[in-house]
Amino acid sequence: MSFFAVDSLSIQFGGLKALDAVSFAVDPGDIFALIGPNGAGKTTLFNCIGGIYRPDSGTIRFEGKDLVGRTPDRVARLGVARTFQNIELFHRMNTMENIMIGRHLFMRTGLWHGITMWGPRSFAGREETRHRRRVEALIDFLELQAVRDKIVGGLPYGTQKRIELARALALEPRLLLLDEPCAGMNTEEKQDMIFWIKDIQAELGVTILLIEHDMGMVMDISDRILALNFGQKITEGSPDQIQQHPEVIRAYLGEPCHDTGHQTGISGEAPR
Amino acid sequence: MDLKQHYYEDVSLFSSATIVFWFTALALFLALFPLVVKNYYIYLANYIAINIIIVLGLNLLVGFTGQISLGHAGFVAIGAYGTIILMTKVHLPFLPALLAAALIAALFGFLLGLPALRLEGPYLSIATLGFGLTITQIIGRMDLFGGREGLHAPALTIGAWHLDTDVDFYYLLIPLTGLLTLAARNLTRTQVGRAFIAIRDADIAAETMGVNLLYYKTLAFSVSAFYAGIGGGMYAFVLRFVEPEIFTLMMSIMFLAMVVVGGLGSIMGAIAGATLLSWLDLQLRNILDIPYLGDWLTALSQSYFSITGVSNIQFIVFGMIMILIMLFEPLGIYGIWLRTKIYWRTWPF
Repeated sequence: MSFFAVDSLSIQFGGLKALDAVSFAVDPGDIFALIGPNGAGKTTLFNCIGGIYRPDSGTIRFEGKDLVGRTPDRVARLGVARTFQNIELFHRMNTMENIMIGRHLFMRTGLWHGITMWGPRSFAGREETRHRRRVEALIDFLELQAVRDKIVGGLPYGTQKRIELARALALEPRLLLLDEPCAGMNTEEKQDMIFWIKDIQAELGVTILLIEHDMGMVMDISDRILALNFGQKITEGSPDQIQQHPEVIRAYLGEPCHDTGHQTGISGEAPR
Repeated sequence: MDLKQHYYEDVSLFSSATIVFWFTALALFLALFPLVVKNYYIYLANYIAINIIIVLGLNLLVGFTGQISLGHAGFVAIGAYGTIILMTKVHLPFLPALLAAALIAALFGFLLGLPALRLEGPYLSIATLGFGLTITQIIGRMDLFGGREGLHAPALTIGAWHLDTDVDFYYLLIPLTGLLTLAARNLTRTQVGRAFIAIRDADIAAETMGVNLLYYKTLAFSVSAFYAGIGGGMYAFVLRFVEPEIFTLMMSIMFLAMVVVGGLGSIMGAIAGATLLSWLDLQLRNILDIPYLGDWLTALSQSYFSITGVSNIQFIVFGMIMILIMLFEPLGIYGIWLRTKIYWRTWPF
């Protein structure tokens, strides 16, 4: 049995087949990239895995358990974390508190212990301290010390992306879904992010599912790549195989102009 | 500059010795206050304290969790009627009756929280509005609740302590308000409060991080209703008489106004908003007794608006305050306080 496997997954929004019988499997410890033009169904796939959408048919198995039909919080409980394409931080909290939400599942404070927190030695006080220490390690790892106590709403885009990554890592996931982690970053920030992603793979042993449009980066860091277009799987393989594949080239570069070219210029992703 | 040396200092109750000093001073002032002032001000303080309790709860729901309730008067009514009925019909002592009534209110809060999982914004407003109106209708039509005539509160005793005067009641109410404030503050700086804020700021992300929306949304409603229930139980004994006409939509809106004016998502804001608007509420009711201004307002109202004169001027003023707050300081009094603090930190530069 594979570590993570999607089998003939389909979801339809009205008349639009956002995903059409997509199947693939991910080996533990890999960086597995999803590529495809806008509207190919990449984020929809993430939303199906994360429990935000319920697919019409197909299965998503993670460590032997089917994720279909589970609510997002129960998927998280199994060890799946994600970041979002358009940053979804808690904008009026500071960096520390944002990442602390990632520790939510590990905390047992609850209503009563919370109300009766009377000092650092109380149950809630000890738990806060313990988890803040864990979060501090993540803040160090992703070099967020400078913004530790800042409200995240007004921070630069690249920094917010990093905080989101830290928040996902705080969940101690075994599978991490990264939705365009480098979007909108300059070369330097991109380079840093690539190092971190490699580190997460190597040091923490987290399996990573990655959506990214920067082909240079995808080809550099991915172990395997899945190419999607119009909700259908084009092909799957190593970076070299993908680069050579005629269908992928056609999806990205379009067809010679004597053709009607209906496959190019599609925009607008499925509603999230 | 104070540097943090321990992780607990991120969440500590008082961030510096100065603040501890001022809170001690406030506690002393509140303890000695009844010895020096007239009875009317004790009544005013009690009225403010009750509103603080209710608004704290409402702010947990509206300001922290981002849900709305236009039916909070319903929970207050459940607390008030519940306490009186449990005392007179079931013969429970005051404190257990108050607690039980608040728990009943919390149960209704839980039930009202269930539709909140599917409803947002205006739809949730209407659902909660319906709840508030329904409660008043039920209370007004059942003999158990005294119907339109209302109910009289029984004499209030806790053990051997007979609380006959407003001053007695003050000494029960102020510590209780302090405790509930502390509880709300504690809640917001630990796990549950963080989950509430997460739901408010980005509910999908919160769920993806493992926050169970069903649990935390209904919990927010329950806790909020519990506070309203406690407030209602106390309210019954300040008024010494309850009737359905007290717990109107206007009351719910006033609580909401206090939350917004004080500052959404802030404990200090809830206290400030409740204090300011409760005080204004009682002052404005007497505005017609003020020489010249009162006569002028009555004449103005009678010639242009209604023949009965100015009856609801406090709501007109509240409405104006809310519009001004929304225009100039969406974080309310708390926002003004924050800006003042930042201004003085860097003064004179």
